[in-house]
Amino acid sequence: MLNFFQARIRHGYQAIPDPLTVGIDSAFPGLPELAEDADLTLLNELCPTKAFEDDGLDLGRCIFCGLCSRKYPEMVTFTPNYKMAADSRQKLIMAPGQRTLPRMDFVLPRQFRYSFALRSVSAAGCNACEMELGASNNVNFDISRYGVDIVASPRHADALILTGPISHNMADALSETWHAIPEPKYLILCGTCAISGGLFAGSEAIDRAFLKHWQPCLYIPGCPAHPLSIISAIVSIMRGSK
Amino acid sequence: MMNSDLLYSPTLESAQPQKLDSFLDRIGELINGGYQPLAFFGTDEKLIYALMGRPQELELICTAFPASSQYPSLTPEFPAFHIFERELYEEYEIVPLNHPWLKGLRHPSHGAVKFEDYPFFKSDSRLIHEVGVGPVHAGVIEPGHFRFLMQGEIVEHLEIQLGYQHRGLIGLLCDGPLISKMPLAETIAGDTVIGHGTAFCRLVESLAESSPEANDIRILLLEMERVAMHLSTLSALAGDVAYIMSQNLFAALRTTVINATLSICGSRFGKRALCVGGVNYPLNKTLIDTLKVKMQKCAVQIKYTSEAMFASNSLLSRFDDTGKVSHEDALRFGFTGISAKASGVAVDARADYPIWAYPGFEVQTVASGDVYARAYLRYKEIMQSLHIIQEVLEQIDPAAPIQAALKELVPGKIAISIVEGARGRIVHIAKSKDADKALWYRIIDPSLTNWQALAMAVAGEQVSDFPLCNKSFDLSYCGSDL
Repeated sequence: MLNFFQARIRHGYQAIPDPLTVGIDSAFPGLPELAEDADLTLLNELCPTKAFEDDGLDLGRCIFCGLCSRKYPEMVTFTPNYKMAADSRQKLIMAPGQRTLPRMDFVLPRQFRYSFALRSVSAAGCNACEMELGASNNVNFDISRYGVDIVASPRHADALILTGPISHNMADALSETWHAIPEPKYLILCGTCAISGGLFAGSEAIDRAFLKHWQPCLYIPGCPAHPLSIISAIVSIMRGSK
Repeated sequence: MMNSDLLYSPTLESAQPQKLDSFLDRIGELINGGYQPLAFFGTDEKLIYALMGRPQELELICTAFPASSQYPSLTPEFPAFHIFERELYEEYEIVPLNHPWLKGLRHPSHGAVKFEDYPFFKSDSRLIHEVGVGPVHAGVIEPGHFRFLMQGEIVEHLEIQLGYQHRGLIGLLCDGPLISKMPLAETIAGDTVIGHGTAFCRLVESLAESSPEANDIRILLLEMERVAMHLSTLSALAGDVAYIMSQNLFAALRTTVINATLSICGSRFGKRALCVGGVNYPLNKTLIDTLKVKMQKCAVQIKYTSEAMFASNSLLSRFDDTGKVSHEDALRFGFTGISAKASGVAVDARADYPIWAYPGFEVQTVASGDVYARAYLRYKEIMQSLHIIQEVLEQIDPAAPIQAALKELVPGKIAISIVEGARGRIVHIAKSKDADKALWYRIIDPSLTNWQALAMAVAGEQVSDFPLCNKSFDLSYCGSDL
């Protein structure tokens, strides 16, 4: 019994008081910044997912491995800004000289402002994004304080949050889960694999046809997406970004 | 203090193919001599390889594909081969005759049969009903399908169908320079980044006959990963039996440990940390001192929390005697990691094929083979790992180089790399094709063999104990499905 109280007292208060504004360790690779004169072709040769395009770095393909920033620190820096999310694929591209992602226009209808139920589907995710999504609701991050629940049945869900590049073998189960969610329903892509296929984009075992039919309302990049990124992104579509 | 003689990094000349009969006989001899199959697979060279091992000894043997595309299955006598033989059957159409349950493993189809149409074991008894669970589960976890044959509330048989996580990872590893595949190796199982990452790095380093720098930082990260994964499992186990205090306390402790990993490399899972030749980020004196204090504090809190938890009668009434795996089965099926050690089988790559000196290391075991054993063993292993972490932190020299220059791969060489991950023995084995690519690459995640332990543990249990049993093994889906 003594151990029980000692453990409880030492535990103290572990919840992050405000996950929307809390600072993070400076070692965290968040929103990248490209120098105005960054040589995108050179960077793209180095990049394992070829995330550098003609007009900038595509966060939907970046796996935040840091290869570019270690080799060319004068061209790419990853800032510890975890607020990385967009409501369209195009907005995930960071152009040279750009310092923030564009403002999100998408806001959920008013009835979801204080209550939003998510059904998680892992379709060949490596379990890093899945664990971070789970951690978003642990004692530290506690996403349920904003009225966000991760529910067991698609029938109880308002949205589907997808992790993983979508394997051929999960394509049907993903589609069935999506169809079991009642209208109105929303699709959220969590992590680089879900957004672009990531490292697996070229694999024959991947089938991303589902995303040709359904339009996501929110893209949360990261490999894996950090719980703080997940929380700030979801809360911003519930409340609208100010 | 590092004794390099202890470090196990075997490389083998290409094994000479033997006749099929002598190959199969040799496997039998080795098993009777205390060896276990670490890997058994076919390659595009039309050879079947078997990697057999017992502590400090490995033997790699091979044979040509049988002309008739069939051979007598090893599984009836040595059940540890059951999953390897299914893999061989799926990939190369080689039929192990008399295999008790031969079907595809993970590919989207096998011949004309599609993945979703694979047969399940059935019973004609009117007393038996079926319960199917998954692939999409109630929680935030990876997909897999569990098919129960039930008599009332009691599980008579569980068949586990995986493959939903199949991403074609092996093919991608062999496509392009091996050295550029570090990020891919980190996604073999995203919760075992350092386990698989270290195995990958050491394998490529062996193929290139180079020795890496910063072994100590790798070992530090590996043990931190083990602590974090065990804490995550203990938290979930407590949650499954509604012991909410430990669920939250262990979850918070896991956050502390993985945030410490983030302070080293930027990722809570240790992604970005490793590279072939060493590590990407050095540890400075301040960080080392902070880590020492943090890990010491964690150790005290874990001790209080665990001792309170394992003294709770309501929790013990759920853990004790639930989901038993016998010592004999653990040996026969070649389970590794917690799945074996909790049934009293002392297998641990840190003792059997060490990649670090680990002074005074003793394999931790618990004999009872139930959920309690697997939970309590995790606590014991966490304390052991925290001790190793302090020792390693003492040794790390902040001024030491962290990356060694890379050489080209030696063409046609086979290398093996074995690492004890949080779930058990991780085996990587590959043959180089030319100066930068692999001809073939095989990964044996401990989960591939250990899933059978779960199926055996729940037989005879109430179906309501399935989530608890499943969590007590905490196996990887994508690590098996690759």
